[in-house]
Amino acid sequence: MPPALRIEHVSKRFGGLQALDDVSLEIAEGEIFGLLGPNGAGKTTLISIIAGLARADTGSVSILGADVVRDYRVARRRLGVVPQELVFDPFFTVREALRFQSGYFGLGENAAWIDEIMHHLDLTSKADVNMRALSGGMKRRVLVAQALVHKPPVIVLDEPTAGVDVALRQGLWAFVQRLNRDGHTIVLTTHYLEEAEMLCARIAMLKSGRVVALDSTKNLLARFSGLTLRLGVAGGEPPDFGTIQCVSQPGGRLELQLDSHAQIEPVLARLREAGVQLREFEVSPPDLEQVFLRLTGHQA
Amino acid sequence: MTPFLTLLSKELLRFWKVAFQTVAAPVLTALLYLVIFAQALEAHVQVYPGIGYTVFLIPGLVMMSVLQNAFANSSSSLIQSKVTGNIVFVLLPPISYVEFFSAYVIASIVRGLSVGIGVLAVTWWFVDLPVKQPLWALSFAILGAGLLGTLGLIAGIWADKFDQLAAFQNFIIMPLTFLSGVFYSMQTLPSFWQTLSHFNPFFYMIDGFRYGFFGVSDVPVLHSLSVVAGALIVLCLFTLRLLSTGYKLRY
Ligand SMILES: Nc1ncnc2c1ncn2[C@@H]1O[C@H](COP(=O)(O)OP(=O)(O)O)[C@@H](O)[C@H]1O
Ligand SMILES: [Mg+2]
Repeated sequence: MPPALRIEHVSKRFGGLQALDDVSLEIAEGEIFGLLGPNGAGKTTLISIIAGLARADTGSVSILGADVVRDYRVARRRLGVVPQELVFDPFFTVREALRFQSGYFGLGENAAWIDEIMHHLDLTSKADVNMRALSGGMKRRVLVAQALVHKPPVIVLDEPTAGVDVALRQGLWAFVQRLNRDGHTIVLTTHYLEEAEMLCARIAMLKSGRVVALDSTKNLLARFSGLTLRLGVAGGEPPDFGTIQCVSQPGGRLELQLDSHAQIEPVLARLREAGVQLREFEVSPPDLEQVFLRLTGHQA
Repeated sequence: MTPFLTLLSKELLRFWKVAFQTVAAPVLTALLYLVIFAQALEAHVQVYPGIGYTVFLIPGLVMMSVLQNAFANSSSSLIQSKVTGNIVFVLLPPISYVEFFSAYVIASIVRGLSVGIGVLAVTWWFVDLPVKQPLWALSFAILGAGLLGTLGLIAGIWADKFDQLAAFQNFIIMPLTFLSGVFYSMQTLPSFWQTLSHFNPFFYMIDGFRYGFFGVSDVPVLHSLSVVAGALIVLCLFTLRLLSTGYKLRY
């Protein structure tokens, strides 16, 4: 069985800029895979190459074994893409847009499935409304619907929740998880790390066109990040915590980076010895934000 | 539905939904030309013996409308899709470049002919126009519209912005149409301009189309046909090549 997506040594330059540098990835059928990285890392460029919108300078991509250049008809039928930009055709209604998209994939009578997608994405009441008259969130849903008209086994979503309100974000992810349960392979990029953490079993991190990490979410969290201990203190100078990194903030707030829970007790002991009173205490578990920061040196 | 038929019907619906601007408006423009030029020149100019200037002018105006609207259709559709980004909707599906090409060009031909028929239909009310060789007229209308639809496709692929497209239209398409003999016969021109006109493919489209009405033309109709068909084939091959390499559409 070929993987859902095989990306082999893909490189792409734009003039002097190396947008992708020897990227190799394999994504198995049935995965929800996260593609993360700061702005300009090359995520959209990689997706464009997968979709045939752009061509790799070197390397190859195949979708369930079909090469996206040589065997483009088969490859494109297997792929649904939700583009990052909020694009739409102002000439048509939601239903017309979906009917055309379905026809472009060679499908004849597809009204039942189109109605079903519209129902799941809460678009039914807007079916005969012109695209121009829809809010940004609604347009985003139509983009998702357009990517699904041909029931593609592999679905790629490029920052589908950028600029979308919380309710829609949650609805969208619930829908994505449902699609995944129904057997679709999902690849997504997002800026919201907590979303990637919640949804994706495996993650690749891109930085300046290179894969800097490729692992299960669990391993990444275990490997790269410790605990964050946030304390509110009063009465006395905070002591020196030795090798533990400590940032003190105004108002008696301390933020310490720990490697494990075992370090909590010694920290508290030092505070007692120094005569410092403890007012607040909070331990945050490892999160992708820290992994991301360490690997990319960027704020997400 | 095949991908090709879907794209074709989308392109047809696109202009048909705004037919007031895309068909009715150009018909009105052509009629204004007709009223003004016919008014000014009817008494002074007779191009072919026994044919009044107004009657002479109508086929030229019809063909000019066909050509300009065929060009406008493919070029504006493409540039709009590129600028707004919705071109991805036709780049993501398994549509081959031949299907892509055919859909845009055929839609352009339909738009051009719709406008042409509109102009003819309205002028028929006022002027008694002979139609000696309707099949010749139709052939030149289809070939000419196809040629301009293809040129529009090239312009739409090449231009990144609306003003680049406008430049293409103003500096290439307009001069070639106005200097093609819509308003006059080549035979009335000084010899230098006559020679120059023979390098303008638009001249052959107008002349051949006019032959369909009057049965007379400046150059033999088969000669015009071969020039127009030759130009069309060269442009088609060129455009198919552009599309197959993904020039400016797939980066
Ligand atoms: N068509 C293009 N022409 C030139 N440079 C581009 C083009 N597309 C993307 N880039 C550049 O390539 C880099 C990667 O961009 P992109 O793939 O959009 O990143 P991301 O989606 O991760 O934010 C950026 O520096 C961007 O400016
Ligand atoms: Mg991007």
